[in-house]
Amino acid sequence: MLEVSDLRVAYGAVSALDGVSLSVGPGVTTAVLGANGAGKTSLLRAMTGMVRAKSGRVVWKGTELTRLASEEIVRQGVAHVPEGRGVIQDLTVEDNLRLGGLWRSDREDRRKALEEMYEFFPALRERRRRSAYTLSGGERQMLAVGRALMARPELLLLDEPSLGLAPIIVAQIMELVARLSADTGLTVLLVEQNARAALSISERAVVLSLGKVVVEGAAADIAADEELRHHYLGF
Amino acid sequence: MLSAGFLRRPLVRHLVIAVVLVVVLFLVTGILSSYNNFQIALIASYVIAVAGLSLLTGLNGQISLGHGAFMAVGAYTTALLETHQHWPLALVLALSAVTAAAAGLVTGLGAARLRGPYLAGATLALAVGLPELTIKFTSTLGGESGLPVNPPPPVSFLGASFDPNRYLAWVSILCVAVTLVLLANLVTSRFGRDFRAVRDDEIAASLSGIRVAGNQVLAFVVSAACAGLGGAIYALATGIVNPAGFTLVLSIAILTGTVIGGLGTLAGAVWGGILLVYLPRWSESLSNGFKLNKVVSSNLSLGLYGVVLIVVILAFPAGLQGGVRQAGRALRSRFMSGPGSSGSTGAAAPAGVSTPVASGGGGETS
Amino acid sequence: MVYAAMAMALVLIWRATRVVNFAQGAMAMFSTYVAVSVIDRGGDYWEALVVALAFGFVAGAVVERVLVRPVESKPPLNAVIVTLGLLILVESAAAMIWGDSVRSYPARFSQTGLKLGSQRVALSPFDLYIIGAVLVVMAGLVILFRATSLGLRMRASAFEPEVARLLGVRVGRMLTLGWALAAVVGSLGGILVAPKVFLDPNNMDDVLVYAFTAAIVGGLDSPVGALVGGVGMGLSLSYVGGYLGYSLETVGAFVILIVVLMVRPEGLFTTTTPRRV
Ligand SMILES: Nc1ncnc2c1ncn2[C@@H]1O[C@H](COP(=O)(O)OP(=O)(O)O)[C@@H](O)[C@H]1O
Ligand SMILES: [Mg+2]
Repeated sequence: MLEVSDLRVAYGAVSALDGVSLSVGPGVTTAVLGANGAGKTSLLRAMTGMVRAKSGRVVWKGTELTRLASEEIVRQGVAHVPEGRGVIQDLTVEDNLRLGGLWRSDREDRRKALEEMYEFFPALRERRRRSAYTLSGGERQMLAVGRALMARPELLLLDEPSLGLAPIIVAQIMELVARLSADTGLTVLLVEQNARAALSISERAVVLSLGKVVVEGAAADIAADEELRHHYLGF
Repeated sequence: MLSAGFLRRPLVRHLVIAVVLVVVLFLVTGILSSYNNFQIALIASYVIAVAGLSLLTGLNGQISLGHGAFMAVGAYTTALLETHQHWPLALVLALSAVTAAAAGLVTGLGAARLRGPYLAGATLALAVGLPELTIKFTSTLGGESGLPVNPPPPVSFLGASFDPNRYLAWVSILCVAVTLVLLANLVTSRFGRDFRAVRDDEIAASLSGIRVAGNQVLAFVVSAACAGLGGAIYALATGIVNPAGFTLVLSIAILTGTVIGGLGTLAGAVWGGILLVYLPRWSESLSNGFKLNKVVSSNLSLGLYGVVLIVVILAFPAGLQGGVRQAGRALRSRFMSGPGSSGSTGAAAPAGVSTPVASGGGGETS
Repeated sequence: MVYAAMAMALVLIWRATRVVNFAQGAMAMFSTYVAVSVIDRGGDYWEALVVALAFGFVAGAVVERVLVRPVESKPPLNAVIVTLGLLILVESAAAMIWGDSVRSYPARFSQTGLKLGSQRVALSPFDLYIIGAVLVVMAGLVILFRATSLGLRMRASAFEPEVARLLGVRVGRMLTLGWALAAVVGSLGGILVAPKVFLDPNNMDDVLVYAFTAAIVGGLDSPVGALVGGVGMGLSLSYVGGYLGYSLETVGAFVILIVVLMVRPEGLFTTTTPRRV
């Protein structure tokens, strides 16, 4: 389904991804782990055209993505919740949500999706007319995830959804991701520093270090490998 | 010859270079025609104003569309004091800078609270509005027809037959040298560092103890003083001050010169000033070459300013520092080969500015 | 009221692209000359209006695509300089094409004051037409921005282009559309004002200053603010002009601008959250 091969990204002279390859099967949740600066964010950004890859390919359902603009990649069913969430503060909660699905022409289904998001996240319904500026960190994360889901994506890229959130909210978000994957067959790439939480809901995992894949395997195996955990994952 | 590294050297070096340049230019004025000497004075007035704006915009990050108005303040001060009160020239020039600085202080106090498009808009209103004041005070400022300005009489030991245009060229070269040396030292001083710090990140600057507002007002005052001095020389060179000479077009021309010369580089101000004098001449020979009618030709140089502004800013998107020396070289070779080559030279002008960048090097264009 | 139309055009571009278009007035003047040409060839008022607005739409789109697009990701100063370059380019082009003599422009409706009982008031049918047109346009803009998904996409593109892209918004098209719409509104303003001021390639400087001041006074983010600012400017300037002389009007605009900005740096009607730059 998703094939990343030999992807390289550099910011000027700084190399961020140094030939990353991975493949993700349909409906599989894969944790992308690694220390700060390992290149996790750059991987996602290259996949959705937010940075141009220097070389390499990203093939999703037979379509090569690295040549496409972000707005076209989204139309291929790929949704990206960026690091820091990317909530548009000057818009209301509802406008933020609606924006996520606007490119789809099915107006009726857009309305249905909005209703579903309000059911997933009742807190957002209460605040629908407020500016996103007034939301708490957890609410913003819900908004960002909900907004991405409005597009009814088949591949969801989540960049550190637990960053800066209280443990109980982290648990809620992980549970939601697990449920989405189980209910809708969504394929998920979950970038996390919180490796323990991420591994607990993932089937597979990749560990990045200095722009390279150092380990790829079943999430359970990686969680069980004590040396690996100490070395790369810090728990 | 004026590299960016030059700006970072100490006072002595600035002075040496300035003195050498002044002497060379003084000698050159002797072989040039009276008209060319007049042009030198005109160029000098632009160079000074452009250098002032370059300091404000390039170094301190504040835009001003009102420098034409500050030039007007300096020019009218000169007209009143030199021609009507017969005060000594040096004092008149200094006071022209001071009155413009005062206008800059008032504007700067307002401007320090404004950013980007707001600031541009406020100074735009100043540029359009201030010259209209002269009509309100017709009895002192001469209204639409303006005030005459006498060329400064050469000092007596030069002899009665000394060409006043040559003398004016000397005076203005001296003013350029003094201004650039002072500005170059300001740039390398603590103030210059603060200017840049404020431009790059106001919050960081204020956290490191810089008084941001004060710093921005200071930049405005210095910059306006330069424009005032430039305006004074402009008045002496053209022999008249009137509102038609200080329209918004002048302010935009100064900005054009600044952008072309390279924001924040003093050496660039020299090229900017030269261009502002020669661009209208190029366009004139261009329109003569094509036998265009009067309306078209009188508007062509204005249009060229527009084209040059757009082309330069699009072709040097990351800032002009890198490309400017090559562009400068291209301009200089054009300048040296003289404007005599008429139509074709004019047509090639905008392309000549951008070519070195497009080709990534080599200032020598066809 | 006319300042209000021009001010709204500025606000529109600002909201849609975060660029202030200094060439707005000049572009409006150019469109108005296009309308004059249509009338000279025997077209009537409405034909000329339609042609000029269509011209404005296309011109706005082309300007965005060709000139503004390359500087959109650059420091704001670059965009300011490009639109200034465009300002003097358009002014000189208009003078080259149509000559620099002053032209008059026909009014569609009578310009003599209406009779209220036996009193003549300072309000002509043409004034009513202007007021109506500006109100309609403003209402249209408010609906566009507040109530349509197109407006939502335009706002998102302006606030956070990168995020908007990630949500499938074709940001480039939104920016082009924003410029095109603003040029239409500006052109309309130009044609509305033309019968009152005489048309001349350079007289848009003053109009630009007033419109700009109105937009800033009202807050660059607010079409309502632009309307109120525009009307307020018109009134206060006629007082300044009436009491102190016409030559002080622009200076008056400058003073109003500075005073308002001292009190409320973001303009009177801006409600958006302060932005971290
Ligand atoms: N915009 C940028 N400019 C320059 N370097 C960057 C930029 N973004 C990331 N980097 C560098 O690229 C490398 C990978 O960063 P990133 O992908 O953000 O890692 P992670 O998300 O795993 O923390 C780091 O060395 C980082 O410093
Ligand atoms: Mg990251």
